[in-house]
Order: sequence, then C-alpha cells, then structure tokens
Amino acid sequence: MTRSPPILTLTSLRKSYPGVQALAGLDLAIHPGEVIGLVGENGAGKSTLMKILGGVTAPDSGAILVDGTPHTALSVQQSMAAGIAFVHQELNLFDNLDVAANVFIGREPRRFGILQLVDTARQRAAVQPLLDLLGASFTADTMVAKLSLAQQQLVEIAKALSYDARLVIFDEPTSSLPYAETEKLLAVMLALKARGIAVIFISHRLHEVERVADRVVVLRDGHLVGILPRADVSHDAMVRLMIGRDLKVNYLAPAKPRGSLVLQAKGVRTAAWPATPISLDLAGGEILGLAGLVGSGRTELARALFGIDPIYGGSIVLQGRQITLKTPADAVAHGIFLVPEDRKATGILLDFPVSQNITLPDLPRHSNGLLLSPARETAQAEASRQSLSIRVPDVATRTGALSGGNQQKVVLAKWLAMQARVIILDEPTRGIDVGSKSEIYRLMRDLADTGVAVLMISSDMEEVIGVSDRLAVMREGQIAGLLDRADFSEENVLRLAVGHSRAAVPGH
Amino acid sequence: MNKKDIGLLVLILVVGLGVWLRNPLFLSPNNLANTANLIGLFGLFSIAQGFVIITGGIDLSAGSLIALLGVLFVSMVGSLGVSWPIAMVVILLAGMGFGLLHGLLITRLNIQPFVVTLCGLLIYRGAARGYTADATAGFPFGSTYPGLDFFTARFFGIPAATYVLFVVMAIAWVVLHRSVFGRYLFAVGKNEEAARFSGIRTDRVILAAYVICAGLTALAAIFFAMYTRSVSPSSHGNFYELYAIAAAVLGGFSLRGGEGSIIGVVLGTILLQILQNLVNLLGIPSSLNFAVMGGVILIGVLADQQWGVLRERRRKQLAARQGAETATL
Repeated sequence: MTRSPPILTLTSLRKSYPGVQALAGLDLAIHPGEVIGLVGENGAGKSTLMKILGGVTAPDSGAILVDGTPHTALSVQQSMAAGIAFVHQELNLFDNLDVAANVFIGREPRRFGILQLVDTARQRAAVQPLLDLLGASFTADTMVAKLSLAQQQLVEIAKALSYDARLVIFDEPTSSLPYAETEKLLAVMLALKARGIAVIFISHRLHEVERVADRVVVLRDGHLVGILPRADVSHDAMVRLMIGRDLKVNYLAPAKPRGSLVLQAKGVRTAAWPATPISLDLAGGEILGLAGLVGSGRTELARALFGIDPIYGGSIVLQGRQITLKTPADAVAHGIFLVPEDRKATGILLDFPVSQNITLPDLPRHSNGLLLSPARETAQAEASRQSLSIRVPDVATRTGALSGGNQQKVVLAKWLAMQARVIILDEPTRGIDVGSKSEIYRLMRDLADTGVAVLMISSDMEEVIGVSDRLAVMREGQIAGLLDRADFSEENVLRLAVGHSRAAVPGH
Repeated sequence: MNKKDIGLLVLILVVGLGVWLRNPLFLSPNNLANTANLIGLFGLFSIAQGFVIITGGIDLSAGSLIALLGVLFVSMVGSLGVSWPIAMVVILLAGMGFGLLHGLLITRLNIQPFVVTLCGLLIYRGAARGYTADATAGFPFGSTYPGLDFFTARFFGIPAATYVLFVVMAIAWVVLHRSVFGRYLFAVGKNEEAARFSGIRTDRVILAAYVICAGLTALAAIFFAMYTRSVSPSSHGNFYELYAIAAAVLGGFSLRGGEGSIIGVVLGTILLQILQNLVNLLGIPSSLNFAVMGGVILIGVLADQQWGVLRERRRKQLAARQGAETATL
C-alpha cells in the first residue's frame, strides 16, 4: 500500500510525572486522510499524548517530526502551524458571540483603517462555506448560546478548518451527545478524511471507534500495546488490549458479613439524566464501588443523595423510612456524609486552620450553647490528627498548606468525628500519593466494619476492584449492572461501562 | 487584636499626634466629645456593614435607610403622637424587616447583593422624600421629649452614642469572633460552596447577616435623627453607606468575604472621623474633605497589600533557601 508521507511522526516519546510513567516510549506515524482510533483506560497516557501534541507540555525525550522536520517539543504556536487542531469534550467557545466571531477570535478581519472595526460581513462570508461543508443546520451569524452541544462542536471543527488543519484530534467528543448527534459527528469525521485531513478519535465508546477508524492504537500504562489494522478492529480485540495488565489488588476483607439495608435509592431521577430512574441498595458494613465512565451520572447520583441537587422523581429511603433532602444540612442531620470530588473547591476551606475545618460540620457540639470552645475544638482536632495520622505539625496550620493526601484526611476527619450512617466518597484518592491512598482505604474499611454503609465512586480500576465488596457500574445515567466480588474483573467492569449487551452480567 | 488592627491603631495615633501638634484644639474636651459622638453614630452602621461584607455581600442602602427610618421616627413621635419607646421598637423592627427582604431577595431569588441594595438605596431615598413631599421632617417648635434626651446626652463628658457603640462593639465582637454563628459567617464568606457541603445552612446565615445589618442601621438611624433633630430627606445620610464600606475596608475586611475584624472596622471609623476633623482643624477647604479621605484609604490599602506581597516573597525566598540547603546535604 502506497501512502503519502506522514504529517506527523512520533518517535520514542517519553514523559514521566512524579511516581507515574505517563508515556513510556511511543512511536506513531500519522498519515493524511486516515482516521486513527485512540483507546485506553483512564491514565493510560492519552491525555499526556494530547498535551504534547498541543504544545502544552514537553516530552522528557523522543522526537516529533512535522513534515520531516524534527522537534524535541512543540510550542502551542508550532502545534498550530503544523495544522494540529483539537475538538475537546469541554468546549472553549464564547457563548456571547456569534459563530463567525468565535471562528475568527483573535484574528478578526478589520475595516475602516484607523477605526479598526471588525468586518463582520467578511467574517461571516468566510465562515459560511465551512459550515456548509460540515452540513451544519445553522448559519454563521447564529449566537453560540443558542446552539446545542453537538452544533458547538461543529463550530470548533469549523475553527480548525479555518486554520487549515491537517490533523484534527477529537477528544471524547461523543461522550455527552445523544445518538443522532453522534451519527452526524461520525459522518463529519469521514468527510474530513475524504478531504485528506487526518483524524485522531479518542473515545471510550468502542463501537463508534470500530465504525470509523482505519486503525486503532491502544495505550496501556503509557505503552503502545497494539495497533489494530482495519480488518482486525473489533470490540473484543480492543478490550483485550486495553486490560491485560496485572492489577495490584490488596483487598481488605470485611470483618462481618453484609448487614441490613441502610440506604435505598428507589427510581431516583437526577438533574443530568432526568429520563432515567436509578435504583440502588446500600447495606451497612459494605463498601459498594460505583464505577463507570466520567459523565455516566455517578457524581450526579452522589449529589442527589447528599441533598445538593433536587431529585426529579423517585424516593430516598434511609433505614426503612423515606426521607426528603432539600439541602446538604438535611443529609448531614440524617448521618449521610459526602467526601466530594473537588476537594479544594467543596471539600475544605483552604484558608481555615485544620482544626476549624474538622469541627465545622459539628460546631454546636464544640460550643457551650452559643459560644465556641476553642479548647474542645483543639482537643477534637488533635484526636483526629492522631487517629487518622494527619501529618501536620500543629492543628492551627492553614489547611491549604497540607499535601493532597493530608487534606483528604482532613475532609474524612470532619465526618469521622460525627455519627455516620452512610458515607459517600467521590474519587477519594484522586491526586493522592500511594502511601496516603492505602491509609484512606484502611479508614474506609474500618468505617464499614463499624456498620456504616460506604459508597465509593471511582474511575481508578485498581481502586474499584481492589477496595469494593460489591460493584455497581453506571452507563449513560443508569446502573448497567451489579457485580459480586467473584465476578470482579477489569473486563466485566469495562464491558458494563462502555456498553456491550453480550457481556452484561445479570444484576441482583 | 491582630497585626492589622495594631497597624491601624498606630496610624490613628500618628495622625492624631500630627493634628494635635498643628492645632492643640484637637484634644480639647469639646472637640473630643463631638468626635466621639460622630464615631459612635458612624461606628454603629459600619459594624452593621461588616456583618454583610464578611459574607461576601454588600449593603448600599444604609444611607437611604437612615433617611427613611429617620423621617418615619421623627414624624411618628413629632406629629403622630406615638410614644417614643413604641416608635423606637417599630423603627428597629422595620429595619430588620428591610434586612429580611434584602436577604430573601439575595438567597431565594439569587439576585446579587449589589443590585438588591442598590435598588434599596434608590427606593428608600425616594420613599423618604415622597413621604414628606421633600419637606424637612422635624419636631414641633418648642416641644420637648425628656425620654429622648438620652440619645444626645453626655455622661461624664462622653456622649451616649459612644457608650452604645462600645456595648454594640463588645457584643458584635463576641458574635463574630467567638460564636458558632460567627464561624459560619467566616466560612460562608470564604467559600460558600464548601460551607454548604459541610452541612451549614448557608442561606440562613446570609439572611441573618442582612437582618443584623439593617437592624443595627435602624438603631443608628434613631441616633442620627435625634442628633440632627430634623431630617431633610434629600440629604440626610447621603453617602453613609460608602463611609461604612470605607471603614470596613480600612479595618481589614475583604470585599470578597471571609476576612475582617470588629475592632478593625471600629478603628477604621475612628480614622475616618479624625480625618474629617483634621480637615476642619487644619483649615483645609472642606471641599477637599472627600479627596483627603479617598487618598488615605488608597494609601492604607496599598501599604497593607504591598506589605503582604513582600512578606509572601520573603517567605518563598526563605523556603527556597532551605530547600537548597537540604538538597546539598
């Protein structure tokens, strides 16, 4: 097969972050007019590769050949000059401007000499053909605020085309699109390909990759573990390559068998997926892992169970009694606690001392009536510092000065000082060092052994499989399946998460 | 007292000393008592402002509220024949009612505090002027109200307003710096989301802050009405909200919320009143009054901020040096 010379050739790219080998020597050539599917689990190295191509980070070693010219690293400008464009899942558009203005942002055509007014007419005239090419149903003078997510993606693509892009990278573009919109986007990819533009399609939705990719590149732990040519691309082949590493599982078994039901979600409808009712039972003494892709509705479920967002149907039952949660304060009063995903924004007050963060949810108990008792606060904080081994010289230290792991222990300490019935942890160990991780797992197990029901949301496969007693996997707003420990495997979890009916494991 | 408060106190002493050296009348009993009275009056609603600024909010309606409630108080006692204790209770309740309204608009309907209280500023001023048809509200000629003499009386040479400010300051200090509610105010101001995620009913905390603010402002309104004896609704209390915000900012409050001290806002009020006094005593044209005040606030805030930047830089340099030392070990 004869091919035109590659646009981009990557040779033995390496990049490591403290404690993680994000890319361990990657070789890849990208030719004009081909669609490359790029798949791999969270943390396989996809985003690092994208950052290097976008000129955001530099590789530690290796070379990037653009049209035969070697670079050790690309700058953002070089990346743009090489014709590399990105369409991200989260869009970077100005919704207060129209489509044409977004495409030309920063390089607007001017008129009237010294007045330097924006030549909106010329701008729109230049953008309209691009939209027509993409089969867009809106015009260049439409306000971006009025466009759907899929239409906004088309604007991003139009922007890429206006820069004469030769390689368009789609980073999980379909993960929040409905079916019909997805179909259109796949068609656009093929249209780009027909014009000789190369496409990299990153997705967890393997059947979509299967449909459009000319070849599929599979990453795992920073290694390129396989390139599947068109003929060999299949769902199973991709999954087989994506997993197949040895998970370091050190499961801490519960001290007691699973207790009685503590929390039940009965047909709960959340803001993100109002059409999809979710039912889930949580028993005392168990750690229920909640797996699924980012955006599958896990965090929204946690927010509903903690009273942050209202529920749009169904009911929440705590120890046999239906409860109404209007605010997090209601949830806390019922003994339902949340360790949120975004620790710095919602978990703790960075400017508060460690002691004041720990006592914040339970201040009345650290006061005599109205006035605070600093002595009691300090005593509580000291007790927490010792039992959770929070590494801080003094509990009066500003919490923001602590490491991520110790900050997370402060969040846990807040709730452990109170009587919990249910504790929900959303990505409890994200960005936390290995040592603190295992301490947090130990704390979770101890908590469960006292009869508390623990719900752990996690995208980390090792964590989900290593820590949970039972697993619920979510996909597109619903519980795709439940797994018992005997059925735990990376393959089973992944199959339920990305959706493949044949592999679905019967629920309970 | 924290370091900021001490810095402000030193500034007050230095300015005071300077004024006294140029004009010894500064420390005459009469001038001191007058200044102390004004500090009492302005201090009350500046502390009030502090309670909403700490939550990251603002109350722009204070000056207009002082005019409206002043007009109502004078007309209730002076022309409607309401006995003054009842009138006083009505005014305080009305003030808290307005505060409740502000709080509800902010927490329930999610309107920005700036907008809510800006509308308050316009509406209350208009209502005050409309109520009297732009005439000055006053007590009937020759009438006396022995009970109301308290508001303008002096005890041991010190005006009543100063004593009241002292009591309010003490209570406010305990509430903000020692009570559970005070901790909630700081938490909500620092990061409302994190406070909510900790199970704090942040809406109620913010609501309470606006009620306290308007309630204290109502108390100040009664003092002001008795101080001027007559209320001309178009000029009474003009710009007072800005005095209050200035005092709070000088006193170490951050308009982003979550920072501030009661002693600081009172010291800020004292400094502003001394500056007013300075303009009079040093023969500076009173038209320059605002310019002097603005200049001092700008310099004060700038000095404080630059001092913080410098300290942070020094801390980092020290940390870098220590890091380098441990690396070479």
